[in-house]
Amino acid sequence: MGATDYIMQMFLVLAVIALIFLVIFQISKASEYVGVLKGAKESRKQTNKVNGFLMLAFMVIGLFGVWYCNKILAPKTQMFNGGPASEQGLKVDSMLMTTLAITGVVFVFTQVLLFWFAFKYQEKEGKKVYFFAHSTKLELLWTVVPAIFLTVLVVIGLRNWFSFTSEAPANALQVEITGKQFGWIFRYAGKDGEFGKKYYRMIDAADNSLGLIWKDTIVNRSNGEPQQLKDDKYTHDDIVVEQTMYAIKGRPVKLIINSRDVIHDVGLTHFRMKMDAVPGMPTTLWFTPIYTTNEMKERTNNPNFQYEISCDQMCGNGHYSMKGVVEVVTQAEYDVWAAKQKPKYLSVFPPAEAPKTDTTKAGIAKN
Amino acid sequence: MITEAVLHNHDVRGHDVHSEDHHEHHHHETFISKYVFSMDHKMIAKQFLITGMVWAIVGGLMSVLFRLQLGYPNESFPWLEDLLGKWWAEKGHITPQAYYALVTTHGTVLVFFVLTAGLSGTFANFLIPLQIGARDMASPFMNMLSYWFFFLAGVVMMCSIFVENGPFSGGWTAYPPLSALGDASPGSKTGMDLWLTSMSLFIISSLLGGLNYIATVLNMRTKGMSMTRLPLTIWALFFTAVLGVLSFPVLLSGCVLLIFDRNFGTSFYLSDLFVNGVGALPNEGGSAILFQHLFWFLGHPEVYIILLPAMGMVSEILSVNSRKPIFGYMAMVGSLFAIAILAFLVWAHHMFVTGLNPFLGSVFVLLTLLIAVPSAIKVFNWLTTLWKGSIRFTPAMMFAIGFVSLFISGGLTGIWLGNSALDIHLHDTYFVVAHFHIVMGVASMFGMFAGIYHWFPKMYGKYLNNTLGYIHFWATIVGAYLIFWPMHYQGLAGMPRRYYDFSNWESFKDSASINAFLSTIAMIVFMVQLLFLFNFFYSIFKGRKVTTKNPWESNTLEWTTPINPGHGNWPGEIPEVHRWAYDYGKDGKEFIPQDVPLGHDESQH
Repeated sequence: MGATDYIMQMFLVLAVIALIFLVIFQISKASEYVGVLKGAKESRKQTNKVNGFLMLAFMVIGLFGVWYCNKILAPKTQMFNGGPASEQGLKVDSMLMTTLAITGVVFVFTQVLLFWFAFKYQEKEGKKVYFFAHSTKLELLWTVVPAIFLTVLVVIGLRNWFSFTSEAPANALQVEITGKQFGWIFRYAGKDGEFGKKYYRMIDAADNSLGLIWKDTIVNRSNGEPQQLKDDKYTHDDIVVEQTMYAIKGRPVKLIINSRDVIHDVGLTHFRMKMDAVPGMPTTLWFTPIYTTNEMKERTNNPNFQYEISCDQMCGNGHYSMKGVVEVVTQAEYDVWAAKQKPKYLSVFPPAEAPKTDTTKAGIAKN
Repeated sequence: MITEAVLHNHDVRGHDVHSEDHHEHHHHETFISKYVFSMDHKMIAKQFLITGMVWAIVGGLMSVLFRLQLGYPNESFPWLEDLLGKWWAEKGHITPQAYYALVTTHGTVLVFFVLTAGLSGTFANFLIPLQIGARDMASPFMNMLSYWFFFLAGVVMMCSIFVENGPFSGGWTAYPPLSALGDASPGSKTGMDLWLTSMSLFIISSLLGGLNYIATVLNMRTKGMSMTRLPLTIWALFFTAVLGVLSFPVLLSGCVLLIFDRNFGTSFYLSDLFVNGVGALPNEGGSAILFQHLFWFLGHPEVYIILLPAMGMVSEILSVNSRKPIFGYMAMVGSLFAIAILAFLVWAHHMFVTGLNPFLGSVFVLLTLLIAVPSAIKVFNWLTTLWKGSIRFTPAMMFAIGFVSLFISGGLTGIWLGNSALDIHLHDTYFVVAHFHIVMGVASMFGMFAGIYHWFPKMYGKYLNNTLGYIHFWATIVGAYLIFWPMHYQGLAGMPRRYYDFSNWESFKDSASINAFLSTIAMIVFMVQLLFLFNFFYSIFKGRKVTTKNPWESNTLEWTTPINPGHGNWPGEIPEVHRWAYDYGKDGKEFIPQDVPLGHDESQH
């Protein structure tokens, strides 16, 4: 029964659409005949009047629509829903507002002129057009004025651009972030403060997701020649975590961005930052968080708030699910978290004197 | 057929030599030579147009399907599975694989097949010979080839929809490594081979066409038709062709390198890759970013390849229907030229967040925002053309005015995105989607509609139904703004583009809730386009007949040909040109066509 109902419903919908089409067509055809009977000039007069009026109506309703759309949707945007969460974000938002003000004025001015002229100068009996082909003064005016405003925007923009892309401050917390289909891997340098070397041929999906060179290895290069890789001691204390990274409120954080397979993109909309993760070519970005995650929960009135890392570069069928999280905490909270982290090396090569893992395994086997 | 072309060329070159006898007798035209392998530029134009329309429906339908998923992610549409099968719509849900295939094909088809071939292919073919006073293109044979290569490209693209792993699904920009590695994405298997083949054929088509347009405009203008007397449509189509000829080969080279990387083990774009389930790949030393440079070196001029013809036609239509000369003709040509030059110098603004050198980025910011200056000149000149005019609201005029409105709206958001510091935040969000759909997609579509409504009488000797035209216009402009205006806000909320589903994202799910509204409007707007399609085909056969040579009282040369011009366009001599195309309302005269000699007491402008 469900199936037939369903098919009937489909047919009904199609029939209604066809009917609407038919009615529109008949009206249009009829009005064409009326136009022929009235004569070209007479019918043009009428359509001019109707469309001229509609132009004006479109402008008025349209501007009202712009206002209304802003009223209901602006609170959902990043600017007003919690606001920018980094020092850089403050600059972005202020630049965005300046740009909005300038382009907004131009938008209203030109759209009003366009539709007002369309309405005002519709064809009327006995009215002559003004033969006005050219005016150097006017043309200079609208070359120079936009150029001035654009210069202002370029100056603001480049000042921000160079500040955002400058070298990260020396005290920045360094985190390496690596994209893969479809998730993020984070690495902290550990106690020695140095990231150990890695090589993509060392990657082992289970134990060594980043390809850290933590033992002497011989790998075969593509030309068949063996290559000797030497154990890099700096890798031994590197912390590798997935899914969530930690950053500290008020302290710059520098991301060193890698990709393991295709191009991804570290999208940090709350911090107004973004940078591609390109395989074979590390990139960087840095920013200074100004609110902890908990503070943002209050600011956005959303107890589930998270600083989400969205992949912003098409990376395959799971692109839409490639999510990471930045947990911004205070220095004290960070210290607690950091103290709990164990170097990845230790879990893969457990020290001989503490055969803890073996006993657990044995325990499981007994049960 | 070849001899005919040669003969034909001969009398085109000697256009001031009388050749009436030749054109009075009829060739033996078969169905094949007239409608299929035609070498008449007017027929080829119609072929481009109708093929473009078919692709517009296919591409539009795809957007309806993926908007269905975006708008109603939790609802199931069992009829979709009945209709499309399990691969596309399992249990009535568009699958992620299908979603990405649809998005990708939608983009490719609309950008290349509809707005490049369908727009400049149609109108360059139709208008260049008619408006410059030539009997046909410089090489009618190459012109025919151009269409058939395009047709073939379409056939290959269509085939890719039916292969086992589906069509290419890595986005229309086809960035490697994703597009190079079948193991990273099923859509990058056979589907991508077909995509690359199709694009290569398309590029050949575009080059054959473009070279022809350039040669024709430069060499085959009728007597008196100096470059500065050309209608702005021709200037725009000319610059479009130049852009295409200089930039499409770069895309071809990008595609060829990609074919090498995919099939012959090279590493132009590949380095340091570990693919899930496969392991480390042997490729080292390539640069994934290289492809983006090659792609956008075409990709950005491509935007203007799409936009310039629309600008040209809109300039012409605004002037004709305001019964006033276009304001600032030389400034209009100059700004077209400036845009054409700058189009080549801004490509890296698509790449601000790829790790581009910040200094290089700043140069591209400067050059990008510079484009706003010629664009502003154009907008103000159009506005001044309307000022104190005597406007006739033909459907073509409505769409031309709509174009200006959309061009302003979409152009202004370009100033946001071109400024790299803002682009960091807005890059690859719905703000970008809204921006380019308005300024490149819908605006150019409006230019195309304006062109169709305006030149339909010349194409088919019939009128389109006006009332349907007005309904089409109002529904489309209102719909387009309703869809794309709120989308800016989704972008400002950070919503990334090319997401199949937002329900797992705390940051975006609130803004995604308006998707149902946007999708509904998109479907309605799509159906309104069917109304236009019906109007188009119905009017070809049953439309009101055109009874006067010059229905819009226009100055340009195409309106001096017979109502249904044959191959060769003018039965007698090609008219000589004595003035520019914009003498409307001059010395109290309604309009003075280009072939009317200057009067003794005529004022100089």
